[in-house]
Amino acid sequence: MSSRTDTATTCYHCGNTCNDGLFIYEEKNFCCIGCENVFKILSKSGLCNYYSYNFHPGANRSRVEKRFEYLDEAAIVKDLVDYTDDKITIATLYIPYIHCSSCIWLLENLNRIDPGIYYSRVDFLKKQVVVRFSNNVITFRQVVELMVDIGYEPLISLHDVIKQQQKLPKDNLVKKIAVAGFCFGNVMLLSFPEYLGLSGYEQSFRQFFGWLNILFSLPVVFYSGREYFSSAWNNLRKKVLNIDFPLALGIAVLFIRTVAEIITHKGPGFADTLCGLVFFLLVGKFVQKKTYHHISFERDYRSFFPVAVQVIEEERERPVPLSDLKVGQRIHIRHNEIIPGDAILLRGNAKIDFSFVTGEAIPVTKSLGEIVYAGGRQVGESIELEVVKPVSQSYLTQLWNNEAFKRSQEDRMQTFNERVSKYFIVVLLAIAFGALLYWLPSDFTRGLSAFTAVLIVACPCALALSTPFTMSAALGVFDRNLFYLKNTAVVEQLARIDTIVLDKTGTITTNTENNVISYDDLNHVQRQLIYTVCSNSGHPLSRQICDFLGHQKKLEVSEYNEISGKGIYAQVNGHMIKVGSSEFVLGGSEAVHQATEVHMVINGKYHGYFTFKHHYRDGLEDVIQLNKKYNIQLLSGDQDHEKNDLMAYFKREECLHFNQSPQQKLNFIAGLQRAGNKVMMIGDGLNDSGALKQSDLGVAITDNVNNFTPGSDAILDGRSLAKLPRFLRFSKDAVNIIHVSFLISLTYNLIGLSFAVTGALSPLTAAILMPLSTATIISFTSIATHVAAKKRKLA
Amino acid sequence: MSIIYFLIGCSILLALIFLFAFFYAQRHGQHDDLYTPSVRILLDEKEPGEEEND
Repeated sequence: MSSRTDTATTCYHCGNTCNDGLFIYEEKNFCCIGCENVFKILSKSGLCNYYSYNFHPGANRSRVEKRFEYLDEAAIVKDLVDYTDDKITIATLYIPYIHCSSCIWLLENLNRIDPGIYYSRVDFLKKQVVVRFSNNVITFRQVVELMVDIGYEPLISLHDVIKQQQKLPKDNLVKKIAVAGFCFGNVMLLSFPEYLGLSGYEQSFRQFFGWLNILFSLPVVFYSGREYFSSAWNNLRKKVLNIDFPLALGIAVLFIRTVAEIITHKGPGFADTLCGLVFFLLVGKFVQKKTYHHISFERDYRSFFPVAVQVIEEERERPVPLSDLKVGQRIHIRHNEIIPGDAILLRGNAKIDFSFVTGEAIPVTKSLGEIVYAGGRQVGESIELEVVKPVSQSYLTQLWNNEAFKRSQEDRMQTFNERVSKYFIVVLLAIAFGALLYWLPSDFTRGLSAFTAVLIVACPCALALSTPFTMSAALGVFDRNLFYLKNTAVVEQLARIDTIVLDKTGTITTNTENNVISYDDLNHVQRQLIYTVCSNSGHPLSRQICDFLGHQKKLEVSEYNEISGKGIYAQVNGHMIKVGSSEFVLGGSEAVHQATEVHMVINGKYHGYFTFKHHYRDGLEDVIQLNKKYNIQLLSGDQDHEKNDLMAYFKREECLHFNQSPQQKLNFIAGLQRAGNKVMMIGDGLNDSGALKQSDLGVAITDNVNNFTPGSDAILDGRSLAKLPRFLRFSKDAVNIIHVSFLISLTYNLIGLSFAVTGALSPLTAAILMPLSTATIISFTSIATHVAAKKRKLA
Repeated sequence: MSIIYFLIGCSILLALIFLFAFFYAQRHGQHDDLYTPSVRILLDEKEPGEEEND
């Protein structure tokens, strides 16, 4: 058995480890063409004009022929650009590759490469670049191609076109916080003299300050705090009591009592408490909303599809937007392109990779006349197909739009907040009315002030704040560990999971990395021979053999025949070599093994075979360790030929389920849920998307978070699978932290209530108690979350 | 002491100016991207003609 020769080379430019010998320039190694080009531009900056006018760096290497032809179609470009007139065009392009400050530098200096570009600005976190260019000098297609040439390929998908049409409404949260903060500061300043005491001749100020406080409270209540009222009202109409109701009640009572006290000269009112409350609440909301926008969870199959497809009409090819694709049109699909609609194969050797739809990783061969379903990716030579169903009716789209795959948000688990707030409101109202009834017979005004004071003090701002602060801190911890949650509620769902369902292909196995095992030792020359033959083939198995053998010297090939689906017959340096299936290489049908095999014959002598096994993700053992506490199941669309290998992990056969269709997967999850389980589904492809949506917590696992991920609640980077047990424990910690902070806030509330029910709550007590409880809660949650993350080794 | 009325008016006016300056910045997207400018400022603005090796 041979081991591959790995020399760790680091990129001269960015320091990443890079594949040996891929990018060498002036005897320096580079990890990527982008880095190499930045170096070239830097080192040869004296010759920059040469670059600008006559040379596009890397032009011949990375561009696939005619790939961006569709960007010449005005109808397509119109949807992709932000603005265009007869002189300039402005476009925003999404470039997943942006990863370092050099990227920013290079992309913002595009105008040095082509003077037609006026301006380019990078948004690093969103991985977007805004380009403004003169459309008389350079076309949109040329701009895109220029970026591809320098190693920054924009991701232009059908999703972009649709996204343009449904832009999110702009929320004014920051503005509201600014207003509330502004008023809070001023009201506090104006309230100070009142608390510190005013001498007799300064009494006229009291009235003036009072009126100013009312004035400042107005925008806080009616602009910044308006959403609490509308939310409380909407929930009341739906007969739901949520946390917004006591908050709105508190705000309203604070405002009314403040105005009443000031107008009747009874006291200074609670204007500072009111403004502080709204300000802190909005800050909490902002913290909760500030999720991680560099990962989009709203991606669907459309982001996987191209914008246009090559249609053959009257012997000529023309790019057509996908939405205009009609039944009966002939389309041309090249290597690595996606088949957009169900179609019949007319010409060429189709080897379709359906891993996206079915989860099965090995490409399927299709014969002429067969139907090829949408979502498959052609591997190898280009093929011609005739569309039989438009994109909107294809198998893939139907699968995606299936009613069963859609889930309403109502049957979600309730968060702690939602469950507690119901009881909270009932108890709060009971105390308030109790105090009112107690004082009413003896002292009417005292009863009224006790009633309002209870509503003010018990206002659950700590309850409203503890969740966003804890969960955002937890989300940040998960984020750093490459586990991206959709929102803060997912942390609580994670904590309550008791059943974990795993998909096989792509989830516990990696799609890209298979273990190759060779059963016969090859000497140095033989390895070179096999490497040479395989490096000429685009077949995925050939690629893996090349990877396995490591970098070898390429020999001269005098004859080369690749028979699709069978193998390769080649003559290299006078040696006759046959590589491929046992049927092809050995002539007869040999012993059939379970795994995929590639046999080798050199000069008529059989040299054994390579066998390919799925590579289980690192950390699978750690996940299986969860067996003790969780019910772990495997749900796979594949055949059961790996059953024996998997038994080593899962121990019990009842946990393994093979040959499951997307619908069956969904039904399986629903069955578990009916049995009262809280199910977490971990999957990767579209075939899992139904199950992911049905489960209580759908986790999409992926090796590249910028790639397609099915609709899910969380995205897990494959490298972090081993941390899953720790994630689960940490989510439980986070929920415990919320419980404790709730207790803290209850303690404050009880102290405040003891003042309130007597009707003797002074504005000063309220003004001290409320910010103090808020500060305690916020600092407790942030420190406790940090400590918990440290304890679980996730910090 | 009535100068206090004037001073409070001034301070509120000043605060309002800052508030509107903030709104202006917000509306013109100055808070849209809080990361890239901090990197951008570290990048040197070398002219293409200048020689630089390594």
